[in-house]
Amino acid sequence: MTGLYYALMVALALGAYFLVRARAAALANGQTLHSRPNYHGLLAAAQVILPMILIHFAGSVLAARFVEQQALAAMDPALLTDELRRGAAFREIREFAIGRGAANATQALQAGAAMYAYLSALTNWAVLGLGLAVGIAMALFSLRSISSEFRARNRFERVVRYLLMACATVAVITTIGIVFSVLFETFRFFQKVSPIDFLFGTHWSPQTAIRADQVGSSGSFGMVPLLVGTLLISTIAILVAGPIGLFAAIYMAEYASPKFRAWAKPILEILAGIPTVVLGFFAALTVAPMIREVGTALGLGVASESALAAGLVMGIMIVPFVSSLSDDVITAVPQSLRDGSYGMGATRSETITKVVLPAALPGIVSAFMLAISRAVGETMIVVMAAGLAANLSFNPLDAVTTFTVQIKTILVGDQEFDSAKTLAAFALGFVLFFFTLTLNVIALAIVRKYREQYD
Amino acid sequence: MTDTSMAPPETGLRTFDYGSDEAQARVKRRYKAEARFRLYGLLAVLFAGAFVFVLLADIVRKGMPAFFEHRVVLTLDLDASLIDPTGRREIDVLRNADYNKIVMDAWRANFPEVTQRAERRRLEALVSSGAADDLRTAILRDPALIGQKVRFPVLLSDDADLHFKGLSTRISSVPGAGALDVKVNGRQVELTGSGQPFAAILADVKSGLAQEAERVGAELARLPASQQGGNNAALDAKRAELTQRVADLRRRAGDAASAEAIDFSAMPSRIVRAEGASIRLQEIGPGSAKGFLLVAPQRELSRLDSWMVATFATPESNRKASDADISWLETLKARGLIEKAFATRFFTSGDSREPEQAGIRGALIGSALTLLVTLIVCLPLGVGAAVYLEEFAPKNRFTDILEVNINNLAAVPSIVFGLLGLAMFLNFFGLPRSAPLVGGLVLALLVLPTIIIASRAALKAVPPSIKEAALGVGASHQQAIFHHVLPLAMPGIMTGTIIGMAHALGETAPLLMIGMVAFIVDIPQAITDPGTVLPVQIYLWSDLPEVAFQAKTAGAIMVLLGFLFVMNGAAILLRRRFERRW
Repeated sequence: MTGLYYALMVALALGAYFLVRARAAALANGQTLHSRPNYHGLLAAAQVILPMILIHFAGSVLAARFVEQQALAAMDPALLTDELRRGAAFREIREFAIGRGAANATQALQAGAAMYAYLSALTNWAVLGLGLAVGIAMALFSLRSISSEFRARNRFERVVRYLLMACATVAVITTIGIVFSVLFETFRFFQKVSPIDFLFGTHWSPQTAIRADQVGSSGSFGMVPLLVGTLLISTIAILVAGPIGLFAAIYMAEYASPKFRAWAKPILEILAGIPTVVLGFFAALTVAPMIREVGTALGLGVASESALAAGLVMGIMIVPFVSSLSDDVITAVPQSLRDGSYGMGATRSETITKVVLPAALPGIVSAFMLAISRAVGETMIVVMAAGLAANLSFNPLDAVTTFTVQIKTILVGDQEFDSAKTLAAFALGFVLFFFTLTLNVIALAIVRKYREQYD
Repeated sequence: MTDTSMAPPETGLRTFDYGSDEAQARVKRRYKAEARFRLYGLLAVLFAGAFVFVLLADIVRKGMPAFFEHRVVLTLDLDASLIDPTGRREIDVLRNADYNKIVMDAWRANFPEVTQRAERRRLEALVSSGAADDLRTAILRDPALIGQKVRFPVLLSDDADLHFKGLSTRISSVPGAGALDVKVNGRQVELTGSGQPFAAILADVKSGLAQEAERVGAELARLPASQQGGNNAALDAKRAELTQRVADLRRRAGDAASAEAIDFSAMPSRIVRAEGASIRLQEIGPGSAKGFLLVAPQRELSRLDSWMVATFATPESNRKASDADISWLETLKARGLIEKAFATRFFTSGDSREPEQAGIRGALIGSALTLLVTLIVCLPLGVGAAVYLEEFAPKNRFTDILEVNINNLAAVPSIVFGLLGLAMFLNFFGLPRSAPLVGGLVLALLVLPTIIIASRAALKAVPPSIKEAALGVGASHQQAIFHHVLPLAMPGIMTGTIIGMAHALGETAPLLMIGMVAFIVDIPQAITDPGTVLPVQIYLWSDLPEVAFQAKTAGAIMVLLGFLFVMNGAAILLRRRFERRW
């Protein structure tokens, strides 16, 4: 149905375009037009397409809601107020209506499905008819408005301008969408679990029991062990990536010959382009067993999913990130500062450590912050190489768990909607989003301020 | 000697003696520090390079086996009465015939001595359950085969495949010494020989015992003297038991002439091979041995002049392929029936629970559909946003917010986009779970900032004189941009888009959130069908316990990295080919 609608829309738009353009061109033979015939056609097409898309969107949403309500009412009026069973019942109706339902359907279900089939066909045709009518009306309207003074180009350009603005606004809408989708569920989570328990509790076991009388039926949602685990792994990562990335950036920016750069830069880019799932595979199957073997040889007890393995590989993942950002800020330091230092007789390394790095410090700090935010939000490496057990431990050889691992574990697979466990994942997502956002905002503000200094 | 800290002489001039030993040493030290510093930098770059190399080498080493499969070539009797009793070649009849029976009959015919039920089941397990499907496909494609006897490659199971890939056990073969008399009683075999034909093997077994004694001795030495909490009785019992075992093992190891029974859970298995037969030794003495006939000989055995002893280094209970499995497979290999072939199946079949049948086709199609949605959504949006921000946006608060927003969005963790997809697209808009449509939308939002930023850079790189010239000859602002600036910025935009798509292709976490992790055998046909993508397939396989899936995982990673290299390579080429310096 959607296909038919859009096919008709395209046909109508093309028709309007060619017809209006031809009319305008014919008119142009006798007199000078304000806008070229092409723009008359384009405006006509836009005037057909935009309202039709709008009608389809609004119509579909409204129709879907109406059909759902009527179908549920036909099945059992009590369902309308029963939030819990409503979704499942409607899914059943839909399955049955497209012929995939069970054969032994109840009378009520059959009634609901019949209503669903009848109404969805009806509303679909209604939307199609309305859209078509409006489209044709708009096409006729365009045809009528052709005249030599008609400012078709200006109008069309205004339409384009608003469209472009709408494109740019998508980014804002996405952010708002993210904030609302996590915020909303987080509020619902806090209605079940107190924020104090969540933020400062030291025990995390989201498993809620099925029966109320079972042990640990409430589940406990203290995020401190996850925070510690996340910070432990991120710290290991930044301890690896910081020195390596910074030294690599210094070498690439200050010492490397163009030939060496031509080789080394692509290698760092390859490293940056390796998907994290691949790094996770490597961490879990190669690095973790290696660390375990070394640890056992040294007489240390190493968990098979140690924080060290995940942290090391994650560190290497963010090396290119740190190095390319640092490289940028180091090369942005004006040459005059270096020349001044060389003039005083300083060696290159002295110039770098005493002049260039202090001048680039804000940029480097922000690079590190962005790297930390990247490490905190990284998912696949920790999902594959770090554990699930929420141990409150600072020992890098223990298994720890992170925010992202828990979100993934809770939300993958079957979820009971509305349970505290499912909502907890969104609350964790909110903390994660807030934490990384803060780091990013501060880092970007530093970069901005710093850039202005030398511009 | 002069020092900077010294008070200046009366003249007001400070003199420096650069020739002094101390100054020289200081200069030397500074140069050394310089060299060291430079070395650290070089090491950091080299470390990153080495990591990339090790990672790729490790993946390729692990993944190469996934591209090959082993098959046994059997002569199948495609009896018309079994496949098509009516003779009318009806598709339904052909489709439902019992191809498994045909394959299994031909397979079992290789080893007629296998009659016992458990043993027969083991034998049958060496052939993949997909072999019958292959045969069905072949017959449906060419029904003329019915009634013929054809040589058909039958896919082996993952355990058999792993054995031929050298992942079951290390096998070492040595020729046996001297002639043997063979006494066969059912499948029990007694081997005797003049001289001491088994002396070398027995010595080998004894040295294994000696090693075992040492290992147990070390364990004994590690036992604590006493334990807190009063569990000393158990500790003493354990110590006594270990002491006893060490003594026992040492005694057996020391007595070179006594016969030894092989403990298959702890010792390497030893198989005597001769005349096509395989005999597993159960009890070894210096002059004689008792064994079990795993594979029957081609002729009656009475005397063996030349024979081999194969040692399977891993004890039988520590590997999935049993001694019998390996003997069967090795016998078939000796008969020339095993072939190794490129596993096209890896690219042409969907996911499966059986490692030897699993392929990445479904994931590849799923990735393609997802990327298609991503591209269609994100390219117009990204370019539109970039053109707006670069050319039309007024300098005001709203524009500022837009800019900050896009930069921040680029740094939001990808899993948060998954939460957005779950809450918005699935729960609010009710779009289908696991569908490439939703995956594509989520990835489009994820890579949108990348494409906007790249497109803006490309637009900014076009010199303003182009636009000004267009405006000068009377073009409108939009005409100047869409007819002149945008086409010139296109190579840069395309480069950014390809890099963004490569990023989307490798992304996993947000897709887990929207249910693309389901086990899906069917290959998705449309963007609303449930499907999975390549990185998620990699994640799913990496979680499975079967060893064979490890190779499949690494193989899938190689394919993914291949695509990424091609995409990034294309981006670099595009940049080189079309980049203009103004």
